[in-house]
This record gives sequence, structure tokens and C-alpha cells, in this order.
Amino acid sequence: MGKAEAQPARPLSPHLTIFRPYINMMMSILHRITGAANYFGTLLLAAWLTATASGPDGFMAANAVTASPIGLIILFLYSWSLIHHGLGGIRHFIWDTGRGFELPTIRLMSWATLAGSVTITLIIWFIGLTKWGAFS
Amino acid sequence: MNRYGTPLKRVRGLGSAQAGTEHFWGQRLSAVANLFLVTFLIYSVIQLAGEPLDVVRAYFRSPVVALLAALFAFSSAYHMRLGMQVIIEDYVHANTPKFILLILNTFFAAAVALTSVIAIIKLSLGA
Repeated sequence: MGKAEAQPARPLSPHLTIFRPYINMMMSILHRITGAANYFGTLLLAAWLTATASGPDGFMAANAVTASPIGLIILFLYSWSLIHHGLGGIRHFIWDTGRGFELPTIRLMSWATLAGSVTITLIIWFIGLTKWGAFS
Repeated sequence: MNRYGTPLKRVRGLGSAQAGTEHFWGQRLSAVANLFLVTFLIYSVIQLAGEPLDVVRAYFRSPVVALLAALFAFSSAYHMRLGMQVIIEDYVHANTPKFILLILNTFFAAAVALTSVIAIIKLSLGA
């Protein structure tokens, strides 16, 4: 085949910048973004486990980072990202069975993924912060 | 041999490679496991939020906790390696950077999983 320099530029199929954004398209993109975020989130888990296993000094340092404002924001986003990716995965399991491909169902499931992930994350953080003593 | 045949012509009639679905199946299998294991992770974080080191150590000394934590380390690393492989293959088309990234992807997943498991074993044995 070699280099195809003599060929005229081929027409490209319409892509992200052409279509009006739809909720299922946004959730598809978000599924990949949250997946990539979770990829690097495991690094935080490994770091926390290693620091905790290293003894009291490491444990104190890990907790100081985790309980700092930036640490809490990152932990909040990481928890939402995990939950969102998990709910998106359940959506894909439903599609894997061949069900739920009607447009209204697709839109409903896409919105439910977003609404569900935000709701569940907030509930979990309310429980966690209550246990942590943030409200007492 | 067959120098003038197209790749399609060469494989026609040979049937499938019988090995095209491992990625999909492994991805879904680890996804099912991760649904349960992330639930366990969130439960654990809530349990341990604000607790002193003694409580954290006692928690990890439970064999069930150590087992679930190690399972999560392997299952999540396996799942995310497959996922990142697809992202790399989607966006990086030149051979050299693609293969470098695919190799680094496997190294990263293996390193993160083993680092976590070593820490879990240390905590489980009373570190």
C-alpha cells in the first residue's frame, strides 16, 4: 500500500463537533472519562494502603492528606466517579441482554445514571461525614 | 506465498480465530466482580473514616476483609487494564507510541495491584 499521498482527502463521517449533544452521548463520554479517572484513582488507594501498612507515621501522613480540603474534594470526585462508572456499567449489562434499545428507554437510563450517581454519592457522603463526626 | 492476495482473501474460508471474545468476556466478568467489590470498598471507607490506626489494623486483620481487598486489587487492575487498552487503541494509531503505551498500561496495572496486595498482606499479618 505505502503512503497514500496521491489520494484526495477522504470525506470524514460526522463526529462529536457535528452532532447536537444528547444525554446518552454525554453519558457515553462520561463513562470513558470516569473509567480513566478510576484508573488513576487506584494509585491513591495503593498509596493509602502502603502508607498505612508502613506504621503510625505513614498512617498519620496519609490521613492528613485525605482529610485536607483538597484531599476531601479528590475523594468526593473519586467516589462519584466510581459510582457513576458502576451505574453506567449496569446500563451496559442491560443493553448486553438485548433490552432497552428504544430511544425513550435509552434517554431514561442515561438520565437515571447521572441522577443515580449524584444521589448515591451524596447519601454515602452524608453517612460517611456523620460517622466521621463532621455534623456533631 | 500469497503475496498478491489481500489480507481478506487470505483469511476467507478459514472460519473465525476462535479467540475474539476474551477481552469482552474478561471485561464484563471483572465488571460484575467490581460492582460487589466497590460496594465493599465504600463500606470499608465509611467504617474506617476518622478511626485511629488500631481500629484500621484490627479491621484488616479479618481474613474476609483481607481477601475482599486483595480481590478488589486484582479485579480492578484487570478491568482497568482492559479499559485503558481500548482507549489507547482508539486514540493512538502510530505503532511506536501505541505499543509503548500498551506496555506501560500493563506495567501500571500490575504495579498498582501488587503494591496494594503487599500492603494488604502486611496489614493482614499485623503490620
